Order: sequence, then structure tokens, then C-alpha cells
Amino acid sequence: MTTTLDINGRSLAVEASPDTPLLWVLRDGLGLTGTKYGCGIAQCGACTVHVNGEATRSCQMPIGALAGAKITTIEGFAGLHPLQAAWIAADVPQCGYCQSGQIMSAAALLAHTPDPTDADIDGAMNGNICRCGCYQRIRAAIKAAAGHAPAPPAA
Amino acid sequence: MHAPVKCFELSLPSRRDVMVITAATAGGALLVGCSPANLLSIGADDSHFGPFGPFLRIAPDGGVTVVSKHIEFGQGNHAGLAAMVAEELDADWDRVEVVQAPANTKVYANLGMGVQGTGGSSAIANSWLQLRTVGAATRAMFITAAADRWKVSAAEITVRNSVVSHPSGMTATFGDLVADAAKVTPPASPALKDPKAFTLIGTDRVRRKDAGLKSRGEARFTQDVHLPNMLTAMVVHSPRFGGKVRTFDATAARKVPGVVDVFEIPTGVAITATSTYAARQGRDAVKVEWNDDKAEKRSSAAILASYRDLAAGNVQPAGDLKWLSFDTHGSGAPPAGGKVVEASFDFPYLAHATMEPMNCVAEIGGGKNKLTFGSQIPTMDQLNTGMIVGALPGSVEIETLFAGGSYGRRANFKSDYVSECVHIAKHVGGGRPVKLVWTREDDMTGGYYRPMVHHTVKVTLDADGYPARWRHRIVSQSIMKGSPMGGGPLDETAVEGVKGSPYLKATPVVDGQVILPDAPVPVLWWRSVGATHTAFVMEHVVDQLARAAGKDPVEYRKALLAKAGATRHLAVLNLALDKAGAAPAAGWTRGVAVHESFGTVVAQVAEVKLVDGAPRVGRVVTAVDCGIPISPDQVAAQMEGGTCFGLSAAMFGQITLAEGLVQQKNFDAYRVLRMTEAPHVETYILPSGTKPTGVGEPGTPVIGPAVANALLAMTGKPTSSLPFVTT
Repeated sequence: MTTTLDINGRSLAVEASPDTPLLWVLRDGLGLTGTKYGCGIAQCGACTVHVNGEATRSCQMPIGALAGAKITTIEGFAGLHPLQAAWIAADVPQCGYCQSGQIMSAAALLAHTPDPTDADIDGAMNGNICRCGCYQRIRAAIKAAAGHAPAPPAA
Repeated sequence: MHAPVKCFELSLPSRRDVMVITAATAGGALLVGCSPANLLSIGADDSHFGPFGPFLRIAPDGGVTVVSKHIEFGQGNHAGLAAMVAEELDADWDRVEVVQAPANTKVYANLGMGVQGTGGSSAIANSWLQLRTVGAATRAMFITAAADRWKVSAAEITVRNSVVSHPSGMTATFGDLVADAAKVTPPASPALKDPKAFTLIGTDRVRRKDAGLKSRGEARFTQDVHLPNMLTAMVVHSPRFGGKVRTFDATAARKVPGVVDVFEIPTGVAITATSTYAARQGRDAVKVEWNDDKAEKRSSAAILASYRDLAAGNVQPAGDLKWLSFDTHGSGAPPAGGKVVEASFDFPYLAHATMEPMNCVAEIGGGKNKLTFGSQIPTMDQLNTGMIVGALPGSVEIETLFAGGSYGRRANFKSDYVSECVHIAKHVGGGRPVKLVWTREDDMTGGYYRPMVHHTVKVTLDADGYPARWRHRIVSQSIMKGSPMGGGPLDETAVEGVKGSPYLKATPVVDGQVILPDAPVPVLWWRSVGATHTAFVMEHVVDQLARAAGKDPVEYRKALLAKAGATRHLAVLNLALDKAGAAPAAGWTRGVAVHESFGTVVAQVAEVKLVDGAPRVGRVVTAVDCGIPISPDQVAAQMEGGTCFGLSAAMFGQITLAEGLVQQKNFDAYRVLRMTEAPHVETYILPSGTKPTGVGEPGTPVIGPAVANALLAMTGKPTSSLPFVTT
């Protein structure tokens, strides 16, 4: 059946059963592969997107529940998000596979809490696993981006 | 330069032919006129490199592209490799980019392995002279081209930031000169810079080239490959290691919309579908009956008990199984009345749990044998693919992508998941692309774990409290046994770190023995390999010995290191202690450890406290001697990441089996380190003028014993098994 989804500001008709997780519609159906599969049970955060501004694990979100919702993926930022600039400036990524999810969680945090404490960062980011162990750079990059205009990318 | 190799007549190889090639590669056996790399390259097209060779391209606009023979799966080698070329070329670093080499064993072999592959923290080390020579030779070609054009002496010409200059004021960019430079014969042995003259290497200008791609969600991983007409495949695997399909019923699976086919392959039952979700639903609907006649049906606890029995001498080894000696030296009776310290250690199986579960894209048939994925050992993957499809290894094309972590998992003698994908794609046929997707559950229950390991140690101290006799027993499955890189019966990966330890060198009488029982549970190297357990045992035992001797553990350690002549260990230990300062903040207790792996020595001072009975690690002061650091910032990144990886395992990591069934299937049960548990790592690099060694792995094994030593200082209780947290 057809479900209409609002993804990155575009209204898209998706042909899939309503129980299909948003993750697979994004990746397989729409080619938005920045959102990653990591665990399938909302334990690792690699699939994090924004649904109405809230960080949401797309692997456990059936598209049937998303009528009228505004969905944003890593591809949906208008230009380079300050967090992405901070990520680049700090050379945060290693393997890089989890980083879209990390950035989406951090972006939702900053949208609600422009100047987060360490405890705020812990609370927002603890659902995102990074096996390469980039956590201290992630924390530093969030702080660098907090409340600031986009930083220029590192030379 | 790349003459065709004609070693012996090879038609489509039978499995036996390929095994001969394998054996030649592994044992270094010589076939007349052939290097193993050449043998494995038969069928490869390697005639298409440009004027600057297989590692470097320079575009008409002067843009520099370095071709990396090593996969980038997090450890920053792409930037490091490019910097070595750029340094000697005097290229503008901002205009250097990196691309991944295709599979070609002859051209792109790891000079430390003899095959194309990334591992053992060797990417930078094995390329050090090779890539600097590429840069230096190309620089000389540009200088010659400019000298000819300007009719001046080459000796008067300088190169800086991709600009060639003459004191008269004449300048030309690489782009201006590249057409002429391409015609110059490269010098065979160009002079390399004195490291003191480096302007790029060792500076913070050497940054990752992939941070932008990876921060924008644009880096291309295997999971992201989508080709026209591609099928997505999943496999129902045996829940027990060694189980085989007896029968299966695909009736319900075939009714799932999007499912294309269901068929048996050697490792289970494959489902092909038009989407990942359909493949998953199809897989859930397949009913399989398993033949467990040869499957592992024991629990991990029972396997561990058998290890303890062997170590304690309660059970004598039977059949081919025997104790193998290492580092055994000295003789004589123990000192009368010397204190005896005994300790034993149990280490669980560990999953690598890369963020990107194993996956592969294969196109087989219709004149095509192509793989697209994050290949860690392309030569091995070519060889195994060649055996399945009946093709020469060198003719198997591999496009290597970024991989979402490996930590050793993707370097597999059997190319396990790759072979699985090739079997499926071969069945599909016609060159139709097939993407094999492992779910997290497939990945975590799929084996190739860090082996479960048991150590027992008995040390007799002399009158001064230092070790007089050291008896060491290790029980572990062998990683190397039966592999093409097998070597002798002693699996070095099971003993490295105990074997060669400065503490054993400082001990007059040593009796070291290892035994390597088989089990159907597949095991593999896991970031820092033997050091994952040997560093823990040696560094934690030393603190226990110091306590028994009534001495300060740090001073005790220094005395043993000095006695062994371990000057690099002492240097990093002193650096870490110096940077850590006098005392931790109130409420924190320090633990110290130092260990060498892959030629790199790392010392850590970890500050630990107990929170709800579990260790919490705060500040970790790290000192590292890795020779000349190419990118100090990436050395620090690897110390940070390696520490998290090691701490994750020490705190939480364990795969257990119950009646042969893996009990941890996903991150809900296989707990890994998260943001709140991550330490803050400070990294200090020991100044060095010697060639670089690796940093991908050596940051991993030190944190576990440093934490255990802090806990010992805090509670008086030694740690005898990992993980620290089991609830």
C-alpha cells in the first residue's frame, strides 16, 4: 500500500507495507543511505533520524505511524550543520559508520538545549554506540558547536 | 616493469592447485622463478598504471591522488599513507586526496605480509620507505622537467606546496609541468629527506581526508551499495557452530512479497529478495532442521573448566594435543623460603561487534567475478573466491570500500562471509549483483571470536622480593592452526606478550608452556590479538608480586624493566607518570600498566573509582613510543579509541555458550562501552627519530590491567577473570 511521508521537506509516496521500518524505506527505497543499520532493535543509534525534531531510531519506527510527521535525515540539513563542521574540525570519525546517527542525536540535543552540560550530553548520546571509541571527540565537538555559528571546516 | 608472470601452466585451478598456491604463500616455499605474490596475481591486469606508478596520480590541474593499498576502516592510515607521499613530493597537502587500490597482490602487497592485506598495525610501518620513495622519485621527475624547460641546473630548483621554483623567479605548478614530468624516467633510488627536514609528517596538518564524507553521511560502505537489478540476500545459519542443514521448508518464505529464491548453501539456507526487509521477513519464515552431529554442544563454562583442568594437570592431554614450551630458560632449585604468588585468569570469548555487520556484494558469472566490499585481506578473498567459482585468484576483481570497523574480524583465512556471498551469487549466476547482509544477530553469533583463554601463573620471589622462578601455563584455542599462515605448532598469537616479556627476561628461571585444544567455535584475531590477555596477565601479576614483596608497584615495575634492559618501556612509563602528576583528584585511585605490541610501547596511568560497585574510569594518561608519528592527532585518536575498545571488553565483553548456543545476540546482551562510561584519554608521544610502528592496536591492551591494578590498590583484591561487570 502507499504511504505518504514528509522526508527532508519533500512529500514522498512510498509503496510498502505499513509495518516496514522507516530505516529500510530510507535506505532501500529512497537511497538515503546516510542513515545506517546497526542493530535493528534500537540499541545502537546508528539509524537515528529526526521525527518532528525528536531523535528517533528509524529501525524500530514503522512507516504506518509516520503520517503527517516531519522526518529529517543526515541528508536533510540545509548546508553544513554546525555539528558537522565541528565534527570535521575535531577529526571525530574513525570508521565513520555510526557518525550520522551520532550527529542526528547531537543535533536534536542542541535544538532543545543549545548549551548542554556534560550530563545533558550523556543523556542525549548514551543511546549511540561508537565501537571505534570516538566518544571524547564527540563530546568535544558537541561543546564546540553548542551555541556557535558554523565553524569553518579544518584546512 | 610489470612483465607477465609465467610460472607454471594453470588452467582453471582445481581446489588442489589453489592449495598449492596457498602453501607457497604461507610457507615461503619457492617455485622456480615465482614469488608468491606473482603466483596469486596470475590473471590480474596490472598494465594500466600511469607515469608515476601504481601509488600516485597527478592530474592536469596538479591535483595529487595517492592510491592506498590498505583499507581505511577507522585507524587513519589513508591520511598517514598520503602524508608519506606528500612529504617527499612536497605536495600541497590540501590538494592531496586518497583513493583505494583494487586487489592486486603483486603491486599492492603488504611488504610485511607478502600478500595484500591490512592488519597487525602494519599499514604505516610497511609503507614507510615504499611510499616515501614514490614521492621522492616523482619530485625528482618534476625537477628534471623544470630544469629542462628552464635550461637551468636541477640542483638549483626547489619544490614547495606543489610549486616548482628557481632562484631566478621562474615558477611552475605541478599542473604546469605534469605532462613533461610524465615523460621523465623516474630515478631508481631517489634520495629521501632526513626526518629532521620533514615539514608535513609529524605535524598537526596531517588530518583525516575522510572526516567530511563521514560527517555528511556520504562515505560509501558495503551496506550502501545499490546496483541495478541487485538482489539482497540473507542466510539462516546454524544456531550451533558446526551444525549442518538436514532439511528445510521454504514454503512460507517463498510467499513473502519480494522474496525471489530460497536455496541451500554450505553455511545454511540462503534467501534472495528484492529488498533488505523482504529478505529479513523471508528468512524469518524459513524452517530449518539442523544436523548437530558434529556441532559444538558444550557450554563455554564446560570448555573453560576443561582448560582449567589441563592447566592444573588434573587432565593429561590426549592424542595430538601437547604442551609447547616458550621462553623457558634457566634451571635450579627455587630459593628456600621465597614467597610464592599464584594467580589464575579466565578470559571469555569476545565478539568484534563492528558497527557495520559483515556484508559483501558479489557479481559472479557472465564473464564476471567481482566483489565490492570492505576487503581487509584482498589476496585471501581472491583466493577463496577463486576456489569457489573456479577462477584464477588474480582474476577476481575487488573494489574495496570503507568498512564500518573491523578490529580483525574482516581478516579471515576462510573469507567466511565473503565466501558465503560468492556461493549465493554463483547460484544466482549471470553476473547479477547480490548483496549479502548479515543482521546484528548473524554477526554476533557468527563466531570468529577472540579465543577464550586461561592462564595460571606461579612465581617464587627471591630474598629481595623479585621473581626468581616464573611458571606460566596458557590454554587457548589456536587462531593460526590450519591457516595458510600457520607456521609451526606453537601459535605465536597465543603467547605473544608473555613470550618476550621483559618481566620474564628479568627472571632467572622461567617455565612457559602453552596448550592449544581444538573446539568447533571459530576464533580469530581481535584488536591487539594475544596482548588482549597477555598484557592483562603480566601487568596485573606484577602488581600482585609487588604487593607480596611489600614494594610500590610502579617502582617494582621499573626495577624489573631496568633489569631487562627495556628502555622504551621505561621511557613511556616515566613519561606517563610525569604527565599524570603527583596525585589523582580526591576519590580516584590510580593503576598503572605498560605493554609493547606490534613494536609500539604504551604506558597508561588510569584513574578509577567505584560507582555502584562497578569501576568507572576517568582520566587516562597515555604515553606512546611509536617511532616517528606521521599524524600526532591520529596517534592520539588511536590511543583514545583503542583504550575505549580495550576498556569495553574489560568492563563488559563476553560471549558465552549454553549447550552450544551463543547467549548474546545483540547489543542488549553484549554490552559495549557507551558515552557515559568513556574515559578521557590524554596522549603524549615520546619523541623519536626511528621509523614508525603501528598505533591501531597497541592502545587497546593496556587499560584493562591498569584498571585491575587500580582496583587491587583500592580493594586489595586481585582480578582473576574478565569482564569486571557481569550483571
